[in-house]
Amino acid sequence: MAAQTLYDKLWQQHLVSEQEDGTALLYIDRHLLHEVTSPQAFEGLRLANRKPWRLETNLAVPDHNVPTTDRSRGISDPVSRLQVETLDKNCADFGITEIPMNDIRQGIVHVMGPEQGATLPGMTIVCGDSHTSTHGAFGALAHGIGTSEVEHVLATQCLIQKKMKNMRIKVDGQLAVGVTAKDIILAVIGELGTAGGTGYAIEFDGEAIHTLSMEGRMTLCNMAIEAGARAGLVSVDEITIEYLRDRPYAPQGEVWEQAVSYWRTLVSDENCEFDKEIVLDAGTIAPQVTWGTSPEMVAPIDGAIPTYEQMQTDAERKSLQRALEYMSLAPGTRVNSIPLDKVFIGSCTNSRIEDLRQAARWVAGNKIAENIKLAMVVPGSGLVKAQAEKEGLDKVFKEAGFEWREPGCSMCLAMNADRLAPGERCASTSNRNFEGRQGQGGRTHLVSPAMAAAAAIAGHFVDVREA
Amino acid sequence: MKKLTEWQGIVMPLDRANVDTDAIIPKQYLKSIKRTGFGPNLFDDWRYLDPGEPGDDHSKRRLNTEFVMNQSRYQGATVLLARENFGCGSSREHAPWALLDAGFRVLIASSFAEIFYNNCFKNGILPIVLNEEIVEQLFAEVLADPGYELAVDLAKQQICKPDGEVVNFQLEEFRKQALLEGLDEIGLTLQKADLIRAYESKRRQQVPWLFNAPGDI
Repeated sequence: MAAQTLYDKLWQQHLVSEQEDGTALLYIDRHLLHEVTSPQAFEGLRLANRKPWRLETNLAVPDHNVPTTDRSRGISDPVSRLQVETLDKNCADFGITEIPMNDIRQGIVHVMGPEQGATLPGMTIVCGDSHTSTHGAFGALAHGIGTSEVEHVLATQCLIQKKMKNMRIKVDGQLAVGVTAKDIILAVIGELGTAGGTGYAIEFDGEAIHTLSMEGRMTLCNMAIEAGARAGLVSVDEITIEYLRDRPYAPQGEVWEQAVSYWRTLVSDENCEFDKEIVLDAGTIAPQVTWGTSPEMVAPIDGAIPTYEQMQTDAERKSLQRALEYMSLAPGTRVNSIPLDKVFIGSCTNSRIEDLRQAARWVAGNKIAENIKLAMVVPGSGLVKAQAEKEGLDKVFKEAGFEWREPGCSMCLAMNADRLAPGERCASTSNRNFEGRQGQGGRTHLVSPAMAAAAAIAGHFVDVREA
Repeated sequence: MKKLTEWQGIVMPLDRANVDTDAIIPKQYLKSIKRTGFGPNLFDDWRYLDPGEPGDDHSKRRLNTEFVMNQSRYQGATVLLARENFGCGSSREHAPWALLDAGFRVLIASSFAEIFYNNCFKNGILPIVLNEEIVEQLFAEVLADPGYELAVDLAKQQICKPDGEVVNFQLEEFRKQALLEGLDEIGLTLQKADLIRAYESKRRQQVPWLFNAPGDI
């Protein structure tokens, strides 16, 4: 057999049928659900009098609308409350396992899934959420789908798909101290552009990738979609396997050994061919800060916002002007001189235990700067929160002036009460700096947890390599 | 699924690249548990001068008269002309629902983000990819000619301009048929139930741990 990429293998192993024109029926092993993109799918099932095909592949959790403050009195916004209650009711009616809001395992769906071992190598994993690419960190084929497809997967356990192309992004060498997976992916998006990955499954490979923890790999794959690629992938190695040992949903005992020997085959064959390949040197990657309204508008911490003269076309100049107007920034501004109002540490990109540990290191023994109106930490799940509290990280953050919140998507997209006021400028560990993403008129700068924490203390961006 | 065979309508130009689904329909409106009613909030942040929340009477909000949607010459538009990477970001199907609810059935751009592109077909919206030169030319023609309309014939994969010029476009055969016939994709897949079951029994042998019910974890 010809040499295959990891994506080729995953695709082939899940083919139920394929037509001559390449349209295929792909089997789905795991379907994750949350409250925002599922109600209309369940309604569709009811209208057509259909039932879920295989109940146990589904796992649901509310995350977008949940409050991050005291939950003892439920959700105060009636519209948000109805959406979460609708998920509860749909799961109860159809018999789908749900981790409800007040369960300690509740959290952002892309944090909860891997944490429970519901994400396993070799699976196909989908969810009505574009950041489902996160799960590709485990050598699984994972991507976001729309609500019509949520209904399709519920009813048939399959999706109608066309095969993507293969791209490999190889990051050789070692990262400088203080530089993280977030900086790698932001640098990649800067290079590739927000549409550069459209039509591809991107496999991240190379020394700098395989020395990352699973948390780091999840951060990386999480933002593959911000480069336009629905799926990101990292092949299976010992770090993957160790992360999964003894997780509640992971196989146990003899089956564990059987699973592990299969998982070890989930790597791209030597000499396999990629349609596109990019090689980066980890040593040249600096901590990254986005300055505009698209993740590709990014600069190293020791760099500056581009000038109009540097733009090649009229369209580029227009887009720079629009972004800088919205962000209220001047061309040529040094990145480390941008002052901030708020700091958000959280989201499916950067709210796992390692992220909180990295941030806490910068916060310990310091106080947030006077110009910072609010700095908040929103752990990715109840279990991450509990672990952080066991390590005393909550105290570190609170003593510095941070707010320590309950888990959820929170100010990554501001569907709950956590949001920026118009004009406020935020250092955020999330994944999208679109206009209005964190609140109408709000201005978002995407950074790593260490960069966000250091910025909270300094009041502006600083280079975490200069510690 | 909604059918689309032929379509003719006024073209509204949206001259911005990388229009994301947060811009198409902002997050506060995603709290709805329905598929309809998103039209008044299409491009909400650009369309209105004051902030809006679900349940507001949007007809009472102040309009941003500079935004194309509020200009009289584009009233009743059903064809949207956009720039590259339209629909990037979140997978929210609320974005095509909002476009559909506001009357748009045909979208034209030099590229679309994948999840959004796919979501359009599920809702009877035809997204057409044309090369940048043609898109650029269409922008010039729309701006020069108030009331500019395009006619689309899906079966022939052709767009007809007011001057009679015909532009061909590419489309995957399966997507074309699904839209032409308004196919129920779930129904179609369920016709292959035997194949799915056969796949499952083979797979159960290979990866048995994926077939152990997790129970009450």
